[in-house]
Amino acid sequence: MYRQMVRIRTFEDNANQLYLNAKMPGLTHMYSGEEAVAVGICEALTDNDRITSTHRGHGHCVAKGADFKRMFCELLGKEEGYCRGKGGSVHIADQSHGNLGANAIVGGSMGIATGSALRAKMQGSDDVTVCFFGDGATAQGLLYEVMNMAALWKLPVIYACENNGYSEYTKTEEIAAGVITARAEAFGIEAFKVDGQDVLAVNALTQKLVARARNGEGPFFIELETYRYHGHHVGDINREYYRTKAEEKDWKENRDPIIRFRSYLVSEGIATDKEIDAMNAEIAQDAEAAVAYALDAAYPDASEVDMHVYAA
Amino acid sequence: MREITLSQAVNEAIAEEMRRDDTVFIMGEDVAEAGTPFKVLSGLVEEFGTARVIDTPISEPGFMGIAVGAALTGSRPIVDLMFGDFIFLIMDQLCNQAAKAHYMSGGKLNVPLVLRTNLGATRRSAAQHSQSLQALVAHIPGLKVAMPSSAYEAKGLMKTAIRDNNPVVIFEDKLMYQDKAPVPEEEYLIPFGQANIKREGRDITFIATSSMVQVAEKAAEILALEGIEAEVIDPRTIVPLDEETLLASVKKTSRAIIIDEGHQSYGVTAEIASRLNEKAFYHLDGLCCTNSVRDSSSESSVVAGGHEQTHPPRLQDQELAGL
Repeated sequence: MYRQMVRIRTFEDNANQLYLNAKMPGLTHMYSGEEAVAVGICEALTDNDRITSTHRGHGHCVAKGADFKRMFCELLGKEEGYCRGKGGSVHIADQSHGNLGANAIVGGSMGIATGSALRAKMQGSDDVTVCFFGDGATAQGLLYEVMNMAALWKLPVIYACENNGYSEYTKTEEIAAGVITARAEAFGIEAFKVDGQDVLAVNALTQKLVARARNGEGPFFIELETYRYHGHHVGDINREYYRTKAEEKDWKENRDPIIRFRSYLVSEGIATDKEIDAMNAEIAQDAEAAVAYALDAAYPDASEVDMHVYAA
Repeated sequence: MREITLSQAVNEAIAEEMRRDDTVFIMGEDVAEAGTPFKVLSGLVEEFGTARVIDTPISEPGFMGIAVGAALTGSRPIVDLMFGDFIFLIMDQLCNQAAKAHYMSGGKLNVPLVLRTNLGATRRSAAQHSQSLQALVAHIPGLKVAMPSSAYEAKGLMKTAIRDNNPVVIFEDKLMYQDKAPVPEEEYLIPFGQANIKREGRDITFIATSSMVQVAEKAAEILALEGIEAEVIDPRTIVPLDEETLLASVKKTSRAIIIDEGHQSYGVTAEIASRLNEKAFYHLDGLCCTNSVRDSSSESSVVAGGHEQTHPPRLQDQELAGL
């Protein structure tokens, strides 16, 4: 889990650099700070379990098992990308690991996740689907329509609300009335709130809920308290009009999921600092090599622009 | 050959495909015991049970989204949208999700989904239950659009739609549900993108969709009495559109009128006319004309003229004067 969290942070640092160096098309939204959410949850899933992801989706993609090279290729619009460069950062999907795709419509994949769970139930498959979405997406009506049906039909879906405190550039408390978990409870869905910076807590809870969902006891709802270190997207640099630098500093220094888990691993004698440093260096090298590979990789042929409009 | 109604034809198509492929299911409001308000699906729940004929809450975006997710992961859902007007409620799921998943994933994800709904300003159901919105979805790449013109067409097109690996929207005309037509007992499919020449003629081409095919055929009969031979073509699917057949006809007759029940502006008729005018220009004696619904909403009152006001068949007094 530590490795996966560092892989996400390292991926994002490189992606951010690619954007700042104007080597990457479009926009991207950094997952840094929220690693324990994606990793804690995805480590409780198998490749056969599905997830739906969000515009802030690199973390989910890495956590579900994606490869750096193919991810960077996708971000740079290259042929070897997971979607042949057509999806980019905000639509990256990795079917081989059960990632049904990032979604650039806030809340856009709530129906898809619930439908995946309906399919599992209808076809007698024991896979579980996790629907990632942010606190901002709790303002979309679609969530309440699909939670209603998921509860009525007892679907194996887990709604994972990554509450990073900000709905784009607005404090969540300004857009969300009441208590977020109470909204799920209104449908008779068991809802949990967990510290999203504590990977062990996230993982332990998810393991329990996945097992219960496989057993037909779903759906479930988890609110994960977390924080995004960057702005809403990479271009959101000056953020002082909506949150203070002191607040950012506090989360980074005192609640960082990677620092926290590292000190746990060392203090429990599970790994030494030396081992961890070596692992981090290896991940940094992997990322660097993947970026270099992706920068050199071929673009798809221009004729592909009209390909994949319709399936055969 | 036996004759059955368009309702029965749609019902048979869905039942046959559900028997053939157990990943096919249907969901929507009042589809199970009620069999829909138009009674098109009566009897399906008795055969297939509530697990595959699923009554949903009145949550169009929700069940449309659920169908997209089921389709993405290996099911073949049919979504029953009670009125075509409700398409506005599901636009994100239909156009941003279903239509684009295959493209955005570089061809890795498929959305084999059928959205069956209806069109037609023919029941005096007023402005929010009377629209013909086929142009709206035909505008979005990634969606296919079928417009059956009879019971025979409805069955064959529905079966093809269910087997297609793309999202397909089928518009049935509300007033045609009880219309009977010969439908063979044996299985058949109607391929998409192959127009049907309903009547051959040499003087003018009528290209008509859905129930407007009947209007065009009637007009052709009237013209025949005056010695004018009209060719009537039903495109069957407006996406994909069988341009080849339409162009061949127009090159032969040198004139065309396109008839569709959608609104006039930026509509299906305008699109087809534009393609024909562009691609058959040197064969034409006059520009291809369009005939669709005026740009106002449908009203309930009979005082204002009822559906006649918004309904297209104005063939005789208008365009035909120029022939």
